[in-house]
Amino acid sequence: MEKIYQLLHALLPSVPVWTVWIAAFLIPIGFIFGVYLTIFAFTTLVERKALGRIQNRYGPNRVGPFGILQPMADGLKILLKEDIVPRAADKFSHFLAPVLIVVPGLLVYLVVPVAPGMVAVDLKIGVLFALAVGTVSVIALFMAGWASRNKFSLLGAMRAVAQVVSYEVPTVMAGVAVIMAAGTLSTLTIVERQGGGILNISNWYVFRPWGLVGFVLFVIGGLAESARCPFDLPEAESELIGGYHTEYSGFKFALFQMGEYLAGMAMAGVTVTLFLGGYMGPGSGPGLVGGLISMFWFFGKLTGMIALNIWIRGTWPRLRVDQLMGFAWKVLLPLALVNIVAVGLWHFLTPRPVAWVVTTGWLAIWVVVLTKCNAGAALEKREYRYI
Amino acid sequence: MNYPGKGLVDGLAVTARNFVGSYFYTDRLTTVQYPEERVQTPENSRTFPFLVFDESPDKPRCTACKICEVECPPKCIYIVMDRDEKGKPRQQPKIFDIDISVCMQCQICVEVCPFESIKMDNDYEKSRYGRFNELMLRLPDLLKSNEYYRQIKPTEAAAVDAKLKAEAEAKAAKKAAAAAVAAAKAAASPPATPPPASPKPPEGSAA
Repeated sequence: MEKIYQLLHALLPSVPVWTVWIAAFLIPIGFIFGVYLTIFAFTTLVERKALGRIQNRYGPNRVGPFGILQPMADGLKILLKEDIVPRAADKFSHFLAPVLIVVPGLLVYLVVPVAPGMVAVDLKIGVLFALAVGTVSVIALFMAGWASRNKFSLLGAMRAVAQVVSYEVPTVMAGVAVIMAAGTLSTLTIVERQGGGILNISNWYVFRPWGLVGFVLFVIGGLAESARCPFDLPEAESELIGGYHTEYSGFKFALFQMGEYLAGMAMAGVTVTLFLGGYMGPGSGPGLVGGLISMFWFFGKLTGMIALNIWIRGTWPRLRVDQLMGFAWKVLLPLALVNIVAVGLWHFLTPRPVAWVVTTGWLAIWVVVLTKCNAGAALEKREYRYI
Repeated sequence: MNYPGKGLVDGLAVTARNFVGSYFYTDRLTTVQYPEERVQTPENSRTFPFLVFDESPDKPRCTACKICEVECPPKCIYIVMDRDEKGKPRQQPKIFDIDISVCMQCQICVEVCPFESIKMDNDYEKSRYGRFNELMLRLPDLLKSNEYYRQIKPTEAAAVDAKLKAEAEAKAAKKAAAAAVAAAKAAASPPATPPPASPKPPEGSAA
């Protein structure tokens, strides 16, 4: 933002300073709204089409060519729907919750860099900000569940709180590994640290033993925090009707969907930033051309992560509540802690091959140990008639 | 090989196969996109009756004998026979109405028809905006060609055609035989008057 301010100030010296300030605020906001809300709109369409193909059917293909205008049709439809507030609801909280749920999802994008130097605010505590703000949505979720005065809403909200709080711990611990390795909390610097190497690719943190484990942990944690499949217990349709948004209709419901998708995309963006080298890729760098290539890489990776989310949603069944909690506390958290030790080993062991062998061995041992320790929780093998 | 998370990876492989396969093998997609695509209805499916004509809609097979009208359990058929200027029956219907809001698709009219004239259609797109007049099928709505019948129900139509042909041939043979007998008689007794029992050609061909 400071950069935009300086740039505008240099370009338009005669314009009053306050105008330049406001413009410097509005440009990143406009970018975030424009780009990410467009991605959100088309993610809903692509998700429906991809899920359809996974189930061997056509997705939506009626509105416009290949159903491209479906998001617009959905938006129009949902705007025209009646907004119903239950008589016994807490009106103020019921109104506030859907508004609040969108905010954290959008705030996270402030610290996600899309190109060299192109980040809305280069906070020195960027990762902390992203992880902290991303969790705020749970307050809105609980507000929604509580204010609706509906047992399904409340159950969903309770599940959401338990789930998000539980999964926040391993997610943050997985992020701590990256913070230790990069030696900074600034997202821009973390991405810069992942540059260089072969084609700007080999230094991505996901290509480190601890980075791979951290990536898996972070993706799982991100799925759980944004309540996506297979961790969609808070809104499990088959159990809780709609979970915390049972009593919401019309545009408020759309806001819930939007908040959920934005949070999921934000987690994907943070994952890309922390582990997949952000905008780093062959050809990315400063300057206009390098910047455009960087944006291509960032949004390409973001799209890839979203596609992974959709693929997972189309494949895996929902966890049970006890499995969910057991998984977080008995598998993910120990692995995240072990991973932090692995980063320490990686940092201090020289030369590099030794560090590779030692950290890989250390993590492999612990993966085996954790698998054996949790073997009792695994289900027996089932035989299915149709595969 | 077994490893932690194998089931999850196998599942992902299955869905990926479906995803890619659905683009390359269209037989995987079971969806019939209805208004553009339709499934061929089974031959034995039936909705409401229609009337068969052979050459032109002016000459239906129906002779307005009213057997179906009488037999129809919910009484949804209404027939008035056509008459010429002198009031002589023309053996074809002037009015033939079927109220499909009443019809219960029982096929009894088809069973009782002696002229293979009324048959069950399989056209299922009968939704209408109005409740009364638009659900009342008049004679022009009901008349459909024999080709149409062959198209929707090939086996049944072939059997009916064969039967009608056989009947027509039998009738022609009988007629020829009777004519031969009459000729022989006439030859045997030249001065006699024409026999009173000579067969009259039927008015309006039934076949």
